[in-house]
Amino acid sequence: MLEIKNLHAGIEGKEILKGLTLSVGTGEVHAIMGPNGSGKSTLANVLSGRPRYEVTQGSVTFEGKDLLAMATEERAREGVFLAMQYPVEIPGVNNIYFLKAAVNAVRKHRGEEELDAMEFLQLAREKMKVVDLDEAFMNRAVNEGFSGGEKKRNEIFQMAVLDPKLAILDETDSGLDIDALRIVAQGVNALRSEKHSVLCITHYQRLLTYLVPDFVHVLAGGRIVKSGGKELALELEQKGYEWIEQEAVAAR
Amino acid sequence: MTSALFPLTIREQAAQRFEQLGWPTPRQEEWKYTNVAPISKIQWKSAGQAASIGQAGAPDLNMAGRALVELTFVNGVFVSKTGGGAKGLKVSRLAEEQSEKLAKYADYQDHPFTALNTANANDGALIVTEAGAAIEGFIHILYFGSGDEVWSHPRNLILAGRNSQLTVVETYAGEGRYFTNAVTEIVAEEGAVVDHYKIECESSSAYHVGTIQIHQERSSNVTARSVAVGGALVRNEVNAALKGEGCSLALEGLFIGAGSQHIDNKTVIDHARPHCESMELYKGILDGNARGVFDGRVIVGVGAQKTVARQTNKNLLLSETAIIDSKPTLEIHNDDVKCNHGSTIGQLAEEPLFYLRSRGIGEEEARGLLIYAFASEIVDRMKVEPVRELIRRAMFQQMPDRLPERRGASR
Ligand SMILES: Nc1ncnc2c1ncn2[C@@H]1O[C@H](COP(=O)(O)OP(=O)(O)OP(=O)(O)O)[C@@H](O)[C@H]1O
Ligand SMILES: [Mg+2]
Repeated sequence: MLEIKNLHAGIEGKEILKGLTLSVGTGEVHAIMGPNGSGKSTLANVLSGRPRYEVTQGSVTFEGKDLLAMATEERAREGVFLAMQYPVEIPGVNNIYFLKAAVNAVRKHRGEEELDAMEFLQLAREKMKVVDLDEAFMNRAVNEGFSGGEKKRNEIFQMAVLDPKLAILDETDSGLDIDALRIVAQGVNALRSEKHSVLCITHYQRLLTYLVPDFVHVLAGGRIVKSGGKELALELEQKGYEWIEQEAVAAR
Repeated sequence: MTSALFPLTIREQAAQRFEQLGWPTPRQEEWKYTNVAPISKIQWKSAGQAASIGQAGAPDLNMAGRALVELTFVNGVFVSKTGGGAKGLKVSRLAEEQSEKLAKYADYQDHPFTALNTANANDGALIVTEAGAAIEGFIHILYFGSGDEVWSHPRNLILAGRNSQLTVVETYAGEGRYFTNAVTEIVAEEGAVVDHYKIECESSSAYHVGTIQIHQERSSNVTARSVAVGGALVRNEVNAALKGEGCSLALEGLFIGAGSQHIDNKTVIDHARPHCESMELYKGILDGNARGVFDGRVIVGVGAQKTVARQTNKNLLLSETAIIDSKPTLEIHNDDVKCNHGSTIGQLAEEPLFYLRSRGIGEEEARGLLIYAFASEIVDRMKVEPVRELIRRAMFQQMPDRLPERRGASR
């Protein structure tokens, strides 16, 4: 589904990803772990087309198409979703209105009929239950005045409504209490199927006990320096990253 | 021709005063940003009789059925009155019913356009509430301009009696190259609550100069909202005098310019007595070669201890050629106050734009949503639903390339 080859990318002239290669198959759940500042969010941002990030080398294909050539909204319409590490507050843009516009933009792209207000509300209500968000949130402005946990749940709610093929979660678990964490995991697991893939960026094992990834990767110094199965996450939690960084250096 | 509003002496005085003052020029501090030469060089004439409101656009403006009372004027000439009114409320025409309070508040000695209005006004609305009357719903006054080289001088007087409450909406619209020179005086007696809306969506080739003059007595509460969307050259003045203790005043403005529009907002808030509060927020959205002005003065007098005043002007520039002159000013003559002011000028922020696009919303639509969002800080606070609808429609008509049409939007 997603093929990243030798990706070099950065921001403001500073190279952060230095030859990253990663392949995510359809239906797989991958976790990416790594020290602070190693480039995890940079990867997520580059994949979603955030402005000001520059790709200097390498390629990314999504279902065989050149992802990097697409505008941000096209990527979303093709089925790439990024749950952001820091969701922005947008006063004056109504949550429900915004999400309906988004859903219909995606449906239109897929050649599906647009949802009318009633159909959309029905869908939204159903998904709201999954993430245990109160309906009152729907009529508020996007993320405005939401607590940290509510913002994260709102990300997962949007994901559930938009039904992407590839969901990228950038530290969606950070700062969540155990109940909120379970809800987020529930939302992601509901999406999980042989057609949906997940790329989950996290620092902790916690979320992964609920998600159970097929692969765990360590991102350090702008590269994937180690990959393994779900046990790797446990090992990382116990031993930290240093041993891997040393291993990587030694291997050169 | 309808009868004149004012006694001959006042008319003559005002006419004389206008002769002496002449048309203002940018050399005068008060008119620094706005040159009215395009207005002064035209030979304006009054409309003799009422024309009918043209077909285009007019149904949108009509709030009959939703307004408690609606008065309609075309080129300043009375056309119709609809609605049943309410107990404790009297809505009449100044041509038919005079008031001794008229021309007591809006100064025609130093303000040339007020002098011009006072010398030429023929009709307008007189809205009076009895003491204690809480009027539900709103009164709508629609001034429609029609044709070229025609001017009109609408004149309104709103008298809110003690502890009464009312909402008045003035809409200015039309077709053609006409000139509207309006003056509204608002008097809020002790404890009165007044919610006033002025919606200026004149034709794109029309000229509009208007003054809202507010006089507040003890513990009164006035909200004056000024929306400017249309017109080639527009000057909106709001002057408020807080003459009793414990008054509160909110001035809210939204001005939206495109093409080569020029929209000048001038406000003066005069804190004369202690314990009053004024909150002012004006927001401007400018596109194309439009130019906007915010020139706001808050004066806190020697005797106005414990004044709380906040004055803010925020502007959104959508093109590189749009211009804003923002000049918020505080003049404080005593120490015991809490006042602040500020202004911002910026473009659409990158982060929200990215967020919306990352969910699949196209760039143009995302920008449009954010433009509406910028305006919504003012619009969402408006309590009169038909006004909110009118503003969204007017915004869309103003910049159809920039804004998504909000069909079925819940707000
Ligand atoms: N806008 C920016 N301008 C300059 N440098 C940046 C910018 N954004 C991020 N960086 C730098 O890029 C590097 C990688 O940042 P990134 O956010 O990708 O790390 P991360 O792995 O997500 O870290 P964390 O675990 O703290 O979220 C860091 O050194 C960071 O300081
Ligand atoms: Mg990060």
